[in-house]
Amino acid sequence: MSLEIIESCVNCYACEPLCPNEAIYQAAPHFLIDPDKCTECLGDFDDAQCTSICPIEGAIVDELGVALNLPGSLTGISAEMLAKYQAAVEAAYQAALAAKAG
Amino acid sequence: MDLPVINSIPSSGEPAAGGGCASNSCGSTDDQLGHLPEHIRAKVHNHPCYSEQAHHYFARMHVAVAPACNIQCHYCNRKYDCSNESRPGVVSEVLTPQQAVKKVMAVAANIPQMTVLGIAGPGDPLANPERTFATFRELSEKAPDIKLCVSTNGLALPESVEELAKHNIDHVTITINCVDPDVGAQIYPWVFWKNERVMGREGAAILIEQQQKGLEMLTARGILVKVNSVMIPGVNDKHLAEVSKVVKSKGAFLHNVMPLIAEPEHGTFYGLMGQPSPTAEELQKLQDACSGDMNMMRHCRQCRADAVGLLGEDRGQEFTMDKIEDMEIDYPAAMVKRAEVHAEIAKELEEKDNKARAAKAELVSIHGMTPSAPATRPVLMAVSTKGGGVINEHFGHAHEFLVYEASGNGVRFIGHRKTTPYCEGGSSCGDGETALDETLRVLKGCEVVLSAKIGFEPWAPLEAAGIQPNGEHAMEPIEEAIAAVYEELRAAGKLDEKPNPQQKVA
Repeated sequence: MSLEIIESCVNCYACEPLCPNEAIYQAAPHFLIDPDKCTECLGDFDDAQCTSICPIEGAIVDELGVALNLPGSLTGISAEMLAKYQAAVEAAYQAALAAKAG
Repeated sequence: MDLPVINSIPSSGEPAAGGGCASNSCGSTDDQLGHLPEHIRAKVHNHPCYSEQAHHYFARMHVAVAPACNIQCHYCNRKYDCSNESRPGVVSEVLTPQQAVKKVMAVAANIPQMTVLGIAGPGDPLANPERTFATFRELSEKAPDIKLCVSTNGLALPESVEELAKHNIDHVTITINCVDPDVGAQIYPWVFWKNERVMGREGAAILIEQQQKGLEMLTARGILVKVNSVMIPGVNDKHLAEVSKVVKSKGAFLHNVMPLIAEPEHGTFYGLMGQPSPTAEELQKLQDACSGDMNMMRHCRQCRADAVGLLGEDRGQEFTMDKIEDMEIDYPAAMVKRAEVHAEIAKELEEKDNKARAAKAELVSIHGMTPSAPATRPVLMAVSTKGGGVINEHFGHAHEFLVYEASGNGVRFIGHRKTTPYCEGGSSCGDGETALDETLRVLKGCEVVLSAKIGFEPWAPLEAAGIQPNGEHAMEPIEEAIAAVYEELRAAGKLDEKPNPQQKVA
């Protein structure tokens, strides 16, 4: 059994020093978990340490690929708000393109 | 009547005692610094973030070695990699301690005005103790003349105080947005504490307890503590006067109330839920309300966690790691050069202060002004400057205006207002009209704007908006020019007119 860090990781290092098994290591493009070392913190802590400090919802998944921190659970940002964010980013990008062209 | 120029160096002697905000530029008095030991007061005078006067002359930089964080704030998006935004918590690249040291040495050699190196993120420096302290350790050996400071949310502060003291870090900033867990629950969704993620009110209560404990431990050791608070309308705006009182009673020497930055494109909870930021007027009102209790700071530019240069400018792009690799630097010579430049600035500040004192004496002797003279109404004036404490920026090139209040009590700095330059100086001003509208909006409440030069085009719209353009004081020291204009207004009887209801007596 092992947890996995996926591409939404922002490389903040927060999880790395907390791992009781030293299973987390820096890699490109993002941190990874050595599946041979990860115990999901069983026997050491009630909650997996990486999952407990990771600020990015969905960046750490279990063996079935299920996110341990669900959308909205850490930031309070709902799916609806997220859609608004994506629209805002897209609008800013288009505006920058238009400014460049103009 | 008090000193006409409030933010000048007090006559007690060395410039050390005269750090702008730290002493009296923010409408406070020397006595409020009186509780600090002299050796600590001496630490403030050339720190651009602590001294309003120093920020015109001395530069600082942040190195982004601390990406991890142990809490979540609703105004922060942990996807911190933003190259085009200027706000706390964003950086272009995270550095290793070794890279950071190299960068600091390169910047300090190229910008001899640099006095301060801070670690402020993009996460929490004390949640990255190894990386943060490795950087401090090496820098204190290689550049002993550079002051080291750190900014933290406070959660890991009590356990770090010992180590901070060891590295001779004499400036710590704690961001304290509340002292009430019910308020905190609306700002902090979680904290990571003793190997667990603690949500909501319970987490906020832990954070508040650690912040207050850390504050007390630092001040007990004589380490200078500034408190930052983010003003979040409807959440903690009514509560911050209380915060100010509490942190002052525990020995914080400066309180910096900053406006919330929240835009949808930042991807923060507040940005996406439409949480409003305070207006310049709302911010000033709160700062004034808090200033009765302690020294308030008003010149903060809420800079990036990798900012480089004078406050209000960012020269980070000149010092990316690949550019630094190619630089040839004579480090010992750079340190000598810094010492020279710092001494020159100190001398300039002293001369400026002597002049201001002489001007005051003249003013008193000519007009017979006495403390019992009837109070004239205060007037807000905006200036554009590129630094150096003088009016040396064209109106159309200004990215920000510094706002001062002139009154019978002298001139005091109120804050800065960002804008889009009316004209970038090219042949075409593009959407200059929109930019001018923005400038008129941010200058609301000001009756005069002083610039090195003001073009014909914005002149009439400024006058129509009740803001008198003034280009007659180019290259003059800001406070002297404002005092002179105020005196002109007084002589012309304009201060007898009905005061603008938006303006507030200090």
